[in-house]
Amino acid sequence: MSTSTSSLRPSRWRYLPLVLVAIVFIFPLEFMIMSSLKPSQQLLSDTNSFRAFLPVGSISLDNYYAAFARAPVGLFLFNSVFITATTVVLALFLCSISAFSFVFLQWRGRDTILTILLTTLVIPIEIIAVPLLLLVNQLPWVGLHGLTFGWLNSYQVQIIPFSADALSVFLFVQYFKDLPKELIEAARIEGASWWQIYYKVIMPLAGPVTATAAILKFLAMYNQFLWPLMVTQAEQYRPVMIGLQYFFQLNIAWGEVMAYLTLITVPVLIFYLVLQRAFIASIASTGIKG
Amino acid sequence: MQISGSKKLQNSESTGWLMAFPATAIIGLFIIVPFLLGFYFAFTNQRFISPNPTEYVGTSNFHQLLDLGVLTLEPERDAATQEIKKDASGAAAYPTVRSLTRNNSEMPYYDGMREWFSWHSGDNIKVVVARDVVFMKAIVNTFLFVLITAPLQGGLALLLAMMINQKLPGINIFRTIYFMPVVVSIVVVSLLWRFIYSGDNGLLNAILGFFTFGTFKPVDWLGNSATALPSIIAMSIWQAVGFHMVIWLSGLQTIPVSLYEAADIEGATGWQKFRFVTWPGLRNTAILVLVVITMQAFTLFSQIAVMTQGGPVDATQTIVFQAVQHGYAKQDIATGSAISVILFIIVITISLIQRYLTREKLT
Repeated sequence: MSTSTSSLRPSRWRYLPLVLVAIVFIFPLEFMIMSSLKPSQQLLSDTNSFRAFLPVGSISLDNYYAAFARAPVGLFLFNSVFITATTVVLALFLCSISAFSFVFLQWRGRDTILTILLTTLVIPIEIIAVPLLLLVNQLPWVGLHGLTFGWLNSYQVQIIPFSADALSVFLFVQYFKDLPKELIEAARIEGASWWQIYYKVIMPLAGPVTATAAILKFLAMYNQFLWPLMVTQAEQYRPVMIGLQYFFQLNIAWGEVMAYLTLITVPVLIFYLVLQRAFIASIASTGIKG
Repeated sequence: MQISGSKKLQNSESTGWLMAFPATAIIGLFIIVPFLLGFYFAFTNQRFISPNPTEYVGTSNFHQLLDLGVLTLEPERDAATQEIKKDASGAAAYPTVRSLTRNNSEMPYYDGMREWFSWHSGDNIKVVVARDVVFMKAIVNTFLFVLITAPLQGGLALLLAMMINQKLPGINIFRTIYFMPVVVSIVVVSLLWRFIYSGDNGLLNAILGFFTFGTFKPVDWLGNSATALPSIIAMSIWQAVGFHMVIWLSGLQTIPVSLYEAADIEGATGWQKFRFVTWPGLRNTAILVLVVITMQAFTLFSQIAVMTQGGPVDATQTIVFQAVQHGYAKQDIATGSAISVILFIIVITISLIQRYLTREKLT
């Protein structure tokens, strides 16, 4: 009898530490969402009890309306989505096609250039941000106003510097290396051009690595902070993370802050929960290959 | 055959260039060029906007940031008896640091330096002075952050990975939850935790009060120079530990199950299985996790910008925060670049040492 209970019990108890840890990870985010529904006054008093985690008291979407009234939240959301989407699409195209060239084509200087590009993996944005700021301030741009100099306060300053990166090139190169070379040879014999091989033969096979690169790029771009902080003094081009500043006047309206945080975080969380296997696989793959 | 071969090669030469060019040009222009420019600016007086031409200034930016000195303050003595003069409370009188570092022609090197910290040595006081005390604190804080975060976050991530690696129904739900904060912006997390850490209505104080039946005295976690940096460390680990858990997990899953079965047959304990099967199998993963955490930790910025702005009393100044303060807020590109160069040298040195040490230990 004692053996049967002891063999049953442990398996159930094994969930206890898992659940306790899960609470630690969930509770701050749950608190954020609950707080966004409460008036600031109640939000502050609720922190003294478990009410902080419950949708009780006067619950409404007022904080959300107030947040939209205080700052151009719609504009910030549009900017973030536009900048992130454009950069992800550009980076996927530019990095995959260059990786295709590095892996399958023969040309002089190829290996040297690839080595130099991959070396930049050890240079984080924080190290180059200051000189890059000066550099982009001198660059020419042809736009609606003709030829202008200086990229500060624009979309391109937030998109173009990130439209190719060593990590994405690296991921595609690793993936392409494992594809059978016979695919390419067969297509060449049939008279396909390199461009056709790229988009008709290789890219249709590159689904998993494209998802990985897209997710990593999406997270990096949407959550970017230091660079947009430095280059967007004008409200018009600010992404959501910089828009936060609007909520820090003399009296911080915590209800509105929580509403804004929820608004810019929940879409990403939903995106993650729907695609969680792909998200986790993308991180894991950088680990295995790295 | 010969002809088609050379034609194919020629064709791939120009196409190859064309396909690789855009990504290469962008990485070259926006990463490699500014990286090299940083090294150049660090030896000039470059400002963001300046009417004067940029001049080469040698290593003066580095001296401005890194110069250190030790001063010995001797107590004032009676001219005749050489006895130490004491005031009414019995304390000896010392000359001020200022009197030695202001317009002191005998020690021009110390001119303009300020006290960083000091200690008693016999009757004398030794004072370490620095030209940029804030930057010194930033270096120390950054190293503290890295030295605490790297082992703690790496270890906790491994623990979580081993918990998740159990064969239990529904285990993936927990994996999904533990990883969740990783996809949330560190800016959002920092703001949220600023509220949780708050001294008046902070959630953390309320929770600690609840579990200690009200005996816990509320702490202003970010407003106190002793608790500010540890609070930021704890939050940073909370946000990022899931990332490294997943990397450990992929390492754990490469260890063949047959090794554990063999260990079971030999009657190995849980610890022995970890020590002799799991850990040796994680060698490469361990190096990767340590290097990645160290690199990320050295670039600590967003948490500081959102939560403390370097305060209280410079207790949370960091290297990158100082680089941004100089290079962006004060528009002093030269000093900002010099700080970036210092950071790069530190990061490269540490990661080389780390790779070397980790290899030694694990083989």
